[in-house]
Formats: sequence, structure tokens, C-alpha cells
Amino acid sequence: MIGSPDVVAFTKEDEYGQTNPDPWALPEEFSVPLHPLADSNPWAKTSYAKFTKDFILISEFSEQVGPQPLLTIPDEPKVCGTFDLNYFSLRIMSVDYQASFVGHPPGSGYPRLSFVEDSRVVLGDSKEGAFAYVHHLTLYDLEARGFVRPFCMAYVSADERKIMLQFQELSLRFSQASECLKAGNRRAFAKELQRKLRDLEYTHSVLQREEGLQREAGPQCMYSAHAVDKANELANVEKSIYEHRDLLRQISSYHHRPRRDPNAVTCQKCVTECLSECEQLLDKYAKLANPFSYTNKRGKREEGQGQVDEEGGGEEVDEEEGVKRRPSYTPQLIKARSAKCFDKRLKTLRELCDNPFYEATVDLLKGTERSFRGDLCYLHTRRLDRALRTKQRVTNFLFEEDLGDDDEDEGGTLRPFCAVNHAVDTFTLLNPPPIVLGPEPLELDALELPDPVDPASVTSHTRENELGLVESHLESSPSDQTLETQGSSEETKGSFGSDKSGTGPAERQQNLACMKSEAPDSDLTPDPEPDHNTDLERESSSEEMETTAGEDDGDGTPVSLLELVSELEGSREDECDGVTDGACEMQSDLLVPLDTACCMSQEGFLYEASAPEAVPRLGQSSHLQPCETLVVNQEPQALLHLQDDYAVGVGSPSSESPAAGLELPVGLLGDAVSRTSAEDGFDCTMSASTGSDRTASPLGYGGVVTLRQRKKAGQGALRFVRQYPFAMQALWCLLSGRTLVVLGADEGTVRRLVAALALFVPGPGKCGERVQAWLSCPFTLTDLQRWKLVGLQRVASPVGSSMLYSLSRYSRYISILDADQKTLRCPSYRGQLLSKIADHRTYIRRGSTYFLHLQSTLCHLAAKAFLFTFTHHLHLPVSSTEGPEVVEGRRLCFLREQLGLGDEDSQILLYLSQLITQQYLQPAAGSRAAAASFSFNYTTSVFYKI
Amino acid sequence: MLRWILGGREAQGSVEKSSVLCIGEEQPKNWFTELQVLKGHFDIVRFLVQIDDFRCASAGDDGLVLVWNVETGERLQELRGHSQQITAITTFTCNNGATSHSSLITASSDRSLSLWDPDTGNRVQTISDLQSSVKCLLVLERLCVWVSGGEELCVWNKDFQLQCQTQNHSDTGITALIELPKNCIAAAVDKEIVISRLTVSTDSSMSVAEIRRLSDHQDRIRALINVNDGLFASGSHAGELILWDAIDWNILGYEHILWEESQACTQAEIRLAAPKPSEMSIQHLTTNGRHILAAVGSGLYVYSILTKTVVAYRKVAHDSNVLHTMLLSDSELMSCSEDGSVRMWEIQDLPLPGEPASPGFFGMWSFGRSNKPAGVPSKKVTDVPNMRTLELTGDLIGHSGAVQMFVSFGENGLVTCSTDHLLILWKNGERQSHLRSLALFHKLEENGGL
Repeated sequence: MIGSPDVVAFTKEDEYGQTNPDPWALPEEFSVPLHPLADSNPWAKTSYAKFTKDFILISEFSEQVGPQPLLTIPDEPKVCGTFDLNYFSLRIMSVDYQASFVGHPPGSGYPRLSFVEDSRVVLGDSKEGAFAYVHHLTLYDLEARGFVRPFCMAYVSADERKIMLQFQELSLRFSQASECLKAGNRRAFAKELQRKLRDLEYTHSVLQREEGLQREAGPQCMYSAHAVDKANELANVEKSIYEHRDLLRQISSYHHRPRRDPNAVTCQKCVTECLSECEQLLDKYAKLANPFSYTNKRGKREEGQGQVDEEGGGEEVDEEEGVKRRPSYTPQLIKARSAKCFDKRLKTLRELCDNPFYEATVDLLKGTERSFRGDLCYLHTRRLDRALRTKQRVTNFLFEEDLGDDDEDEGGTLRPFCAVNHAVDTFTLLNPPPIVLGPEPLELDALELPDPVDPASVTSHTRENELGLVESHLESSPSDQTLETQGSSEETKGSFGSDKSGTGPAERQQNLACMKSEAPDSDLTPDPEPDHNTDLERESSSEEMETTAGEDDGDGTPVSLLELVSELEGSREDECDGVTDGACEMQSDLLVPLDTACCMSQEGFLYEASAPEAVPRLGQSSHLQPCETLVVNQEPQALLHLQDDYAVGVGSPSSESPAAGLELPVGLLGDAVSRTSAEDGFDCTMSASTGSDRTASPLGYGGVVTLRQRKKAGQGALRFVRQYPFAMQALWCLLSGRTLVVLGADEGTVRRLVAALALFVPGPGKCGERVQAWLSCPFTLTDLQRWKLVGLQRVASPVGSSMLYSLSRYSRYISILDADQKTLRCPSYRGQLLSKIADHRTYIRRGSTYFLHLQSTLCHLAAKAFLFTFTHHLHLPVSSTEGPEVVEGRRLCFLREQLGLGDEDSQILLYLSQLITQQYLQPAAGSRAAAASFSFNYTTSVFYKI
Repeated sequence: MLRWILGGREAQGSVEKSSVLCIGEEQPKNWFTELQVLKGHFDIVRFLVQIDDFRCASAGDDGLVLVWNVETGERLQELRGHSQQITAITTFTCNNGATSHSSLITASSDRSLSLWDPDTGNRVQTISDLQSSVKCLLVLERLCVWVSGGEELCVWNKDFQLQCQTQNHSDTGITALIELPKNCIAAAVDKEIVISRLTVSTDSSMSVAEIRRLSDHQDRIRALINVNDGLFASGSHAGELILWDAIDWNILGYEHILWEESQACTQAEIRLAAPKPSEMSIQHLTTNGRHILAAVGSGLYVYSILTKTVVAYRKVAHDSNVLHTMLLSDSELMSCSEDGSVRMWEIQDLPLPGEPASPGFFGMWSFGRSNKPAGVPSKKVTDVPNMRTLELTGDLIGHSGAVQMFVSFGENGLVTCSTDHLLILWKNGERQSHLRSLALFHKLEENGGL
């Protein structure tokens, strides 16, 4: 019914028997075709896609209407354009390789919930020009067929390679989202079960009462058709109660089973909460209205009526009490409904999951969509950049924008996402040990020895035993039966698995390959699956619903045929899980060499964010290293003008430049404050400092600084450098830690200048705390200590004169750049270091280019400062005989000879080093915040004019 | 803030005036290249006392006493309890047996006295409702008692029990107290120095009796210091500096620093200021046993005890009154002033012997030079061939108000307190940087690498 989708094969060619690829060959993603096709513009690959940018699609395989799209993220109609979402939903839902098995496992009397691992597939539709990472997941719904609702989330992009190369991270992100949805769903499902159980118990009590009345009416109607119906009905209700209780037990055992999906990490607190909730429920329903005694004697009903009466009476009393105890919900009598699945309204996704969880998931996906914006190269460079910067935590604060708390790209950390925002520190240990990283051997083990390895089965068994203990005196207790049958099913499964284990890895590989490439046609096709499933589901639903219909077909014990099928499927479930895992594994194998290798080129930095699988692959990828410099340089859009290793990706849209927030409303706020202070006429310093305090607060900051703003700052800096011949001196002041005061009458000019110069302030603070864009009252020493760059209003008033006085008083600590008269008063600078970035005859014309050039120079500086700071022998004597002057001499020698810096250039480095030291020592400084120290030196200033 | 503006204007005027004195921004001998601003007070900070090698306490008009760690700049304790400004503070070390423990005694305008434990911040003892507020405190460690001077003189033991007291001295009360040999105490009361003797009777009860009054000063005594075991010195508002024998209380030296012409000079120069009586008042005296440094108006005078003459002086060392001085060594001294600056001086030999002051200093006022020998008692200039000069080696600018006092912690730095409610900790930037570097490697080792 569905055209075979061209599923992208995840085979890895060099895995078995293939020779190593040419180490000098470029990875394909960086290669430029020698003979480009006439029509192919590599940058216009997306032209034939019918949507403009990547989006996330959530679809459902509805049991009523088939595959249907539910929502897209971003939720704008223009995103998908003319792209046919319905058709694409059909495509993506048709490649669901979740081994969803639902229904009765062999021998068990109850429907079982299948705990299905999500499946991940990359799918392409070349005709539509769409490729998608598809993440299938299953949610539970009591009213759905087989209690399951298949959903899928897809990341749709026009660029296949983008998806392939980002598979790891996509998988991680979507796993998080999926876990979130499922966590919410389990809660909702447990709640629903609870409600249903109450209803059933109520129905049960009502039916019992009716039966008792009948029995009182006389033995003649004992065997009447009506009475038999009633008895059947009662039996069905009881059975339903068992079933639902069992479902509740199953859902609460969810967390005890091993997860094969390393990405599936859940918030520990949520898990425990949910567990305790479920256990409470279980306890409640184990005690309340325990109908076992009654039903077990059902067979003997004919013989001992009196007994039954008594028991039933007792039961009723309990029931009444139970009802009274829970006034919040009035149970409803469950009518014998001949439920037609097309009549009922299916729950929406939002209803299926708790609302907060749904919202959180959508937010998560929105974040995912945002973080994957841009083309592959861009993403790649940004990731490299981030990976490098995580390595440089010590010096990052100097010139890099803040990495922030968003560990979005640190995929490896596996920080679980919590919808209800449990505190971060509760997440410490989350990865449960049974994560299967190398699926194949473990899988086999697990299949062969299910009980010792599989904690889920163990726990479920113990659980059952506990349950059994309650009713242990009843020999024919159905729970005992369950235990038996389950054990047997495990056995059969185990034997099946061990049979399967005979197949060699190669064969398995083949299996995998064909599963992936031609899944519908392989012998393990999912084709028969729907049929069986529907059979099963029909069966279970009939059991569930048609309680009073009186069809009485064998107490719902599954027929042997079904058993067989389910057994098969049960084994295939594992198999398919293995397959998907294998796919992930191989995908990561495909990905990791690239990542690690690329990072290896960056002075051996490891790409930390790659999944644990990356580590063993390192050796394999190392042969790719030699070509890596090539690789980096030949990235099609890899910002070729920036050859520097460190400055990669500073132009990313979501990142913040050091100039962050300069143009933001804080300045306005500061303005307001200063204005009031000017009106007040006194208390200027006080108000200034409060204003600055407010500046320091994150109010108004944190917003995403657009690329335009940063370019503007870069442009401003470039203009400054080109316009002022003494720009170098001004930059030197900033870089060597001397506060620069920009004096001017026009607020706009001063603000622009400050915004431009803020790029040069080392360690500007997360929100630019060390920069004050506009100040209109005299400043004090404390302000000087806090701000390294100040825009000062020139006013002709008493306030202005005292301001000028403060300028002259503190002139030894500051440099003054007069924006109106274009003069600069500062110590003279004769170094060479800054001539590269402050060349007023520079050929750089674009602000963004200059910005990147600047960043690279500053990063070099930061690296030198790092080296200087952490080189042991430059600060400490090597031997005990050395005096401090020897160390001093060595330090000078290092600065002069090895780094080739003059006195003034050394000052820059010393200042940066001092900042690094302070930053490094800061956490150790302890709780009590000591006042910051402010260093300076006594040198004469020179007056520069244009 | 009014103070800021007024102070600003005043200082602005003085900036012009002192342009000669300004040594510029290049100060190679000034090693205070790092500062920390210590905030915490809400009013003028007037007193600083050193508790031990790394702690000092500051007290001021807000009634707060704050204990600071000078090495880190941390505020260690906040001693709250006085409702009004603090008038005197001193450390009290009573070593009974093995342990010697420093406490702080404070006196406040709310007529109370308190004993504080600077380690815990507890108020250990307190006495309130005194007859008058205490203006000065003196600890006699030998007897393990302490003396408070206000309108009357009270002797207290270490448990804050009043041992004995004297009668009302005068309306002005005692402004300064020093300890003299033979259990004597010298108290400065208006124009007189009152010598009292403390006697400990056999039942360990104490009594204090006035023995003598020295009335040689013409004006109020502003400063009273011990020079060494046999000498003490006093300075008056009229510029008289008298050196006394500590045993028999005879005058050993008399120096009257008068400079009418200087007043005229400043009158001519400073348009807005009327000649202030404080121009020749001895604000502060300090000594190292060999020299006495007197802060006279805005000038500094170094008086040699050996030769009993002024060996070096600077008539206008600051733009405004000098409030506190210190002799760092025989040749280095430091002063702080109402003009908000701290200046460091070096006593240098004159390039031209016989020239009383550096020509550069008086270069601006030609008449000043001609008039000066007349002003300064002629004998000194004439019969002191080894007259030296005070050269400015550096200044510390940071406070926006008058610098009230400073305490030096040697190489650990210098603490200054000011009317701008701030304390500033001045340090040797290189040394601090080295210490931080050590700390960095220490932490690096602790962390086991980056």
C-alpha cells in the first residue's frame, strides 16, 4: 500500500573485510565534485525541496484514519510551503521498525504492555527533495488498540548529509524529547488505569449485588440464561480487573528493565516520583477489593453457596468503604459496550502525556530546531568552536562570548531533560548500568540467560512473588499461573534466542542490512505484523469491552496460534531492538571518525561531545588525521578568511559577542538613573553606582544578540581604527587594563564608540559588567575599579565641572578619549603587537571580517597569556638556591625573547595573565566576596591629536 | 554629597596651587600599584588600629567597628553596638599567663565603653551611662589596667571595673593621654599637661592623684606623644613643640613654629580661604625615637631629638591640613591630609648646603623665599648646616574626601580611611601578583592539573 521508501542504508563498508580507505582522501562531505553537473549548484541543493527550511514534524499512525501529521515545529504554515505533510507522514510512519508487540504473550492470561525502545531511521524522498531523521515512539493509551499509539517525530531537511552527519545529536535530542513524552505518558496512563480500576470495581460490586439478589430469588433461576449471562459478566469484570491491575504493575516495572538506548536518560527524580506513585496505586489495589478469593472459588460456586454469600457480602462492605474514602471521583458503572474503535474519540497527544510534559517536549523540540538551523558546515564549525572552547574554560572569559549554561551541544554528557524542572543537581547518576553499548554479545547473553541479566524480568518476578505471597494460600491463584506462564515464555524465548545465536555476525550483519535496505521484502517483513497485531488487538479489546456480551469464548485465554505468533514477535522485538541499536551504533561509527578527526587536527583536542562509542574508534580514526588540515580548509563555507583555529564560529547567530548588551535597554536605564541624579543635584556618585549595579544585574541582557549587532560593533571598531591614528594606543590601554574614558557630548556617538571598543575589553563579564556605555555624573574610584570602559557625558554645568575634576583627579588611572575633539590622553605605546589589529591603513573593509581578524589576534594573545600564567618556572624558583630575581629575570626573558614582546606589549600579557589568575582563583576565594583589587602603574601620559 | 562638591571645589583650587608640588604620574619609588576599596562604613571613618599582623579595625562616625583582613581585603567582623560616633579606639592585650589575646576597647559619644573580641565579634563587656563621653583611651599593659580620659580620668581593670577616678579637669576635658615612667600618666587638658600618679596599694586597690601641672604652652595642646623612655613631646595649637623630660618633667627643648608670612602668602594665593588658625597648629606628632615628625598646618617638620633642631621641613606639604603622619624610617615618611591624598616623602640632603629649601618649591612665589628666613626662627637656619629637605617621592590618590588616618602593615600594604566612608588598601602590585601566582600553582597542584 505504501511505495517502498528509499530508506538510507546504514551499512558500513569497511567493517568487514574491506580495505582501509585512502588516508589522504577527503571525506566525502568536504570533497568538491570534479565535474559538477550542469544544473547542480551545490549551494542550491535545496532549491527543489518544497519547503524553505528544516522543520520538525510530529505524526501519528492513527488507528482510525491512518498516518496523519499532528504538528510542525516551527508551527508556521509557510515553513513547509507546498510540501505535502500528509504524504510525508505516510512515508515516515511506514518505516516504523519499533518492534511493537502488544497483546498476550504466550501462556499469560493478560495483555502485556510492550516496552518498546524507540527506533531511529533516516529516510529520504528524493522526489520531494526531503530527507528526514525519523524517530518512532510508542505511547500507551488504555482506549487504543493494544493500548498503544504509535507516533513519530521527524526532523525534515533538504540536506541528506546534514541529517546523516548530525544523526548522533539528532538522535540524542529526539531521545530526550521522546523520553519526556513517554514519562508524561506513563503518568497519564497510570492515572487512567486508576480511574478504570475504580470503575471496574464499582461495576463488580454492583454485579455481585445483583447476583446475590438473583440467588436469593431462588435456585430455579440459578441456571437460567439470564443468570448465566450475569455470571459471565461478573467473570469478565473480574478478569478485567486482573488485567488492569497487571497493566498497572507492568507500567510501574517500566523503569526496572534495561535500556538499550544509551540516549534514553530520564530524570531520576521523575522516575522515582512516578515509581512511588505507581507503587502506591499498586498497594492500594492489591488491598482494596481483593476479588481473588471470590473468583477462585467461582468454580466451586455450585457447591458452596453460603460461603460465597458471606464472602461477597464482606466484599461489598469493603467496596462501599473504598468508595466512601475517595469522594473526589465517583466511579461509573461500566456498561457492556460493544466498542467500535471508529466511534470513540482518540486522545490527543497533549492528553496522552501530561500537559507539562507535552509543553516541555515541544519546547525541547523547538530548541532542537533552533540549534540545527543553518547548513552543515555552519553547524560543524560551530560545534568545533564550542568543543574547543569547552577545552579552554580557563581563558574563555577573556574574549570569547559566554558559553553559558546551555550544554546543548555537549551531547556526550547525557544530561537528562526534565519536564518538570527538577533541580539540576539531582541528575548526577542517571545512566543505569544495564545500558547495552555493544549490543551484539550482550544481546546474545541476554537471550541465553534471561533471568540473571535481565533485571526487569527479575524484578517483575520478585514483584509477582510478592504479590503471590499475599494470596499464597490459594493454590490456583492466577498470579501463580502468570508466574509460571511467564517463566515458560521466557524459556521459549531464551531457547529461540540461543538458536538465533548460532548465526554468525556476518549473517547478522546481512540481516541488518537487508532489514534496513529492503525491510518490507525481507523474510522478517513487518507485513504480517499488522495482521497479527490487529487480530491480537481485536482479541484484547473484545476481552476488555465485551464483558456482558455473553460470547463466553473461553475466558479470554489466548489460542495456541496466537501464542505462537506472539512468541515469534516477542523474539523479534528483541531482534529488532538489536537492529535499531546496531543502526545507531553504526551510525555513530560513521559519524565519529569525522568528528574526532576534525578535532584531532585542532591541536589534538578531542571532541568531547561525541558519544561513548567514540572512544574505541579513536584508533581507527587516527589514520585520517593527516588530511585534516586539508579538510578544515576546504569546507565549502567554512569562513575561509579565518584561518585561526580558535576563532571559528564566532559569527554564530545564537552566540553572543563580547559586545553583548551594549545596545540594550540597560543603558537607557542607566540614563534614567543618571538623569534623575542630575536633577537631584547631589548624590551623584551614589546614584551612579546604583545605576551601575543595575547594569550589572542581568536585567535586559541575555537576549540573543543578532549577527547584525555584532557586525555593527566590528564595523564600529574598524571605523575607529581607520579613523583615529592613535587607535593603537587606545586599544593598548584597554588591553593592558587601563580604564578608558570616552568623553563626548553626543550620547549616540559615545555609545557607538563604546560599543565598538568593548570588543577589546578583556574579560568584559557575562553581561558586559565591565563596560559602562553612558554615564553622566562624576565617577569615583570604585567605578574605575569596576569599569574598564566608560562612556562619559561632557556637560557644561556644576556637575560637569566636578566630573572634569574627577577626571583630572584620577587621571593617573585612566586614559581619556575625547570623542568631540578627537584627542587621546594616555601613556605612550611603542609596541608592535597591536599594529596588526590597529593598522589604520588596513585593507579590511568589512566589519565582520575585521571582527574575526580581531578575535583571532585576541585568541592568540589569550593563549600566550595562558602559557605565561601556567608555566611553572616563570613564577616559581626551580631550585631552592634561586632567588626571586632569578625568576624575575627568567620571566622577563620569556616575555622578551620567547614571546618577543616589548615592555608595553608585556604589560598586555601581564594584565591578561593577572585576569586569568584571578579568574582561576576566584572560586577558591570563598563565600565572602573580598573586594576586587585594582592594579595600575605610575607612568606619564601623552596627549595625542589627530 | 554636598561634601563631595565642596571638597571638590576646594581641592580644585588647591590643585592649581600645588601644581608645583605635583610630582606627576611617573613615580618610580612608589610601589603601591594596587588598591582595594573596602566598603562598609556609612559615615566618616576616623580611626584605624592594627590588631595583629594581618588584621586591622576601623571605626567612625557611624558607630560601627569593622575588622578587616588586610591580606585579602575581606571584612572579618562587624562590631555593632554603639549608637553614636566612636571617639576613641584602642587594642587591649592582657597577657595573663601563656595566652595573650587582643581585644578592642571602644569609646563612643553615646557615653559608653565596650570591650570587643575581634575574633568572634562579640561584645564582651560594656559600660554605658558614663558621666561624660570618653575622648581618649590608654592601656597600661604593665598593670593590666586601662585609663579613659574624658572630663574626668578613670582607671579600669581588665574586667571593666572602675578602680578610681579623678575630678573634673575642665570643660574641654582630656584630649590626649600618655604613659610615663613610675606609674605616671600625662594628660593633655587644654593648655596644660597634668601629670598624675597611679598607686597600687597593698590590697590591690588603686588610687590616682594629680602631682603636677605643666603650663608652658600658650595654646591648646593638640598632640602629646612618648618619644622614648626618658622623653615625651607635646605640640600646641600655636605651633609650639616642647620636648619634656619624662622623669622630672623639665623642658628639654622648645621649638616655636611661626610663619606669619606664610599666612600672608597663602592669603594672597588662596582667594577663597581666610587665614586659618590651623595654619600653624600642630595637628599630629609622631616619632621614631630619633626624630619627631610634626604636622603643622599643611606642612611637615622633622625635628631631630639629638640636635634639638628642625632638620627638614616642607611648609606646604599638602594642599590642606595634614591629619596624620608617620615615620617609616629615618629618611622616609608619610603624611595624609584633608586634601584626600597620602604623600610619601624622603628626607634628602640638600644639593646646595645652606639653602633652606629646594628652590623649585618656592620658585613660584619669589617673595616667599625672601621672607622665609625671617619667619623661621633665624637661629635654626643659620646654625644648622646639615639642613635637609623633604622630597616628594609619591602620592596616593584615591579618596574623594579627607584622609583621616592610615596604618602601615609593612610590605603587606597600607590602609587609609577617609571621610568618603571608604577604606583603601594599598598594596604592592608586584608582590600581590606574585602571591596570586603562588596561590594559582598551589591550587593547580590541589586540583591535580587544569
